[in-house]
Amino acid sequence: MSPMENVSRRRFLQGIFGAGALVLAARYVPPMLRHGHSTDGQTDADRATFHPNLFVGIQQDGTVYIVAHRSEMGTTIRTSLPLVLADELDADWKRVKIDQAIGDKRYGDQNTDGSHSIRSFFDTLRQCGAAARLMLIQAAAEQWSVTVSECSTEMHTVVHKATGRRLGYGELASAAARLPVPKTEQLKLKEPSDWRYIGKGMTSVDLEDLCTGRAMYGMDARLDGMVYASIEHPPVFGGKIKSLDDQEALKVAGVRQTVQIDPFKPPCAFQPLGGVAVIADNTWAAFQGRKKLKITWDNGANESYDSVEYKKELRETAHKPGKLIRSVGDSNKEFPTGKNVVQADYYVPLLAHTPMEPMVALAEFKDGRLTAWAPTQNPQGAQAIIASEVGIPVEDVVCHVTLLGGGFGRKSKPDYIAEAAVLSKKLERPVKVVWTREDDVKFDYYNAVAAMYMKAAVDEKGKPTAWLQRSVFPPITSIFDVNAVYGDPPHLAQGWTDLPYDLPNIRIENGPAQAHVRIGWLRSVANIYHAFAIQCFTDELAHRANRDPVEYMLDLIGPARTLDFTNVEYPNYGADYKTYPWETGRLRNVIEMVAEKSGWARKKSSKGHGFGFAAHRSFLTYVATVVEVEVSNDGEIRIPRVDTAVDAGLVVNPDATRAQFEGAAVFGTSIVRSGEITAKNGVIQQSNFNDYPAARINEVPDQTNVYITESSAPPAGVGEPGVPPFVAAFCNAIFAATGKRLRDLPLSSSNLFG
Amino acid sequence: MKLKVNGIDHAFDGDPDMPLLWYLRDILGQTGTKFGCGIALCGACTVHKNGEAIRSCVTPMSAVADSNIRTIEDLGANGLHPVQEAWMEVNVPQCGYCQSGQIMQAVSLLKNNPHPSDQEIDDAMAGNICRCGTYQRIRQAIKLAAGKNA
Repeated sequence: MSPMENVSRRRFLQGIFGAGALVLAARYVPPMLRHGHSTDGQTDADRATFHPNLFVGIQQDGTVYIVAHRSEMGTTIRTSLPLVLADELDADWKRVKIDQAIGDKRYGDQNTDGSHSIRSFFDTLRQCGAAARLMLIQAAAEQWSVTVSECSTEMHTVVHKATGRRLGYGELASAAARLPVPKTEQLKLKEPSDWRYIGKGMTSVDLEDLCTGRAMYGMDARLDGMVYASIEHPPVFGGKIKSLDDQEALKVAGVRQTVQIDPFKPPCAFQPLGGVAVIADNTWAAFQGRKKLKITWDNGANESYDSVEYKKELRETAHKPGKLIRSVGDSNKEFPTGKNVVQADYYVPLLAHTPMEPMVALAEFKDGRLTAWAPTQNPQGAQAIIASEVGIPVEDVVCHVTLLGGGFGRKSKPDYIAEAAVLSKKLERPVKVVWTREDDVKFDYYNAVAAMYMKAAVDEKGKPTAWLQRSVFPPITSIFDVNAVYGDPPHLAQGWTDLPYDLPNIRIENGPAQAHVRIGWLRSVANIYHAFAIQCFTDELAHRANRDPVEYMLDLIGPARTLDFTNVEYPNYGADYKTYPWETGRLRNVIEMVAEKSGWARKKSSKGHGFGFAAHRSFLTYVATVVEVEVSNDGEIRIPRVDTAVDAGLVVNPDATRAQFEGAAVFGTSIVRSGEITAKNGVIQQSNFNDYPAARINEVPDQTNVYITESSAPPAGVGEPGVPPFVAAFCNAIFAATGKRLRDLPLSSSNLFG
Repeated sequence: MKLKVNGIDHAFDGDPDMPLLWYLRDILGQTGTKFGCGIALCGACTVHKNGEAIRSCVTPMSAVADSNIRTIEDLGANGLHPVQEAWMEVNVPQCGYCQSGQIMQAVSLLKNNPHPSDQEIDDAMAGNICRCGTYQRIRQAIKLAAGKNA
């Protein structure tokens, strides 16, 4: 649906439900949500005097409301996307207020994942800003009895240059509201050279709140009369309650009752896992009560899941012929044998997201409607699962989006919001579900465990004449289809199908793996294990041939060209291939850029001091990274410096983009050093930051330098693409410093240093 | 028992084992102090007890009787603290969830050591996890605040 349409219908709805706002305003609603939010889901933009489209509204006092329909989990998207509209509107940013949208299909896609918020909505928000600007100009021109072409705008004001007359946006709001909304073809977008904000950026509109404790996360949402719930989930995925004794739990001061939540019906998708909720007057009492529950479980089939055995299975599968995903050359030809054949196994375990804010949600079921407040990346997904779990139409579900204390993909899965909804319906009062860190670690949708088998036959210069790569991992699609065992095209396309090497013979395969836990998206997803295997194996081949890894990589990538995926299923992150082609020249450029900026040519690795390199395209963004490490004799690793070059097309907010790549290096550090979730007898063995550590300030790169390519290519992703090349470059640096190759992540489980 | 929170006297007669964190958040409704791990591993819950940084998630109410507790809400109550100013200048936060704890820890560090070395910053801040990975900017902001004699 076009955001330009449908405004009048919403106005009509506003009339019907307007009274709802008064009811809720009397109660405690997080301050961030106070503006414009009520049970009818109307925004301040909707209610403004001049409201030409979904994303903007202008009041007579000149206040501009811009809707942020994507979720803020730290990428600054709540600022950057409205900034695009403000630029085309020629608005004064100081007079802009951000309206956080509820989940509502009228906004189009709201699932803030896949690093595509800017990419998917850049044009739309420019058009929405330009439409409002044109209407303001038209209103002024009418008032002055001059032609539109004689008028222009200057920061929140329409100007008639010839006579020096000026009218502020607020003064024009009423008149503009009476004009028809222009068609997209009538709009004249700004020239990039006239951009005021795009490409320059702005700090987060929430910055001061984030530094003063005033920012409101899902964890901070409250309603009068709410109770707190802590849920004991089945310890094994798919388990059910056999018996429950809650007598001791009910004796805990502050505990009110327990409620059983039904197990999910396979496939699990985003349904609650089931279990026993302890309902209490405060979070602490709920936690304490939960410890006193006596439950026996029917663990079900996944009780046999053991990570050690599973790893062996994956590896065996990786050594057998798999499903052909893509081939170059004669795919029926036997793979060469002999001493010029190199092979290696790579492995990445299950990874957990562990955003700093554990899963939490507040829900209120009242008068047949369900209202939720949650830190969610996916408010429409939350609406859908709530509607189905509670048994009401989607239209009767309102999902407010709070700030997210981290997301990394976990909060795209709204299972925890559905839990709050189910409990609120049962208890007929507002319920806040709070997960502990242990719940978060043990009941995640993990990034898939993956085994990669790599094989190359090389010529006398060490360059592959034949290349085979085979990955095996339980697919994300298994949460939607219990029989899914092969990688699906969108995830195989994440750095596997699209091997960018210019080699005569390539075979890319995938083997089957059954999931025994929930598998889900985690920052950069399948790119993590795919880039790790390809980029480290390439480094192995370079060293084996005594060639410089950067020079070797450029040789394998070959000349600048657009990769041809004719007859290959390559979804390209959902983007049109003509608009976002895979251009090896852009990968070469960032490689050359990072080599130059890091001083690669001058930096020679020595014992205990190494430089590693990797390059990868993901989420349509090209990244090359150099990591410097120092490794002590007992294997203690420091990371003095990281250099990373990025071509993400047009970048709206450069400092926020730099921050994403700085953060990606830290996220990648955690993965390499200690990222590992394991299961025994179907039970996840890790529980908190003691056994699933996140990198700390003394373990991360001292300095991450980010170089952003000036580009007029359409905007691509920045939240995720930094992780995959960092992980590989870090491992390659460890090799450069020690001669030891980390092929099985993480470092903490390896015996690399005895 | 009695205690002072951000300069205001409070009386508490609930479970003495309840951690200060949940008293602040659920009873007083002061939500600037965050829950991250519950076992003093992440530092998101850092507050000051009589001027020193503590982890409120493992500090029972019985241990704060007659104490003076200060939280992030009070730090900038009368104008931003220099550490908060530095945080804004460097644009430290991403999601921001850990930053209350980071800031309270940094304030405590600079109080005891106005000009910390890189190593001293790492040592003092190693108990505070930031999953977004803002550490580089945290270091930078602490140095900036130190320069301003926070």
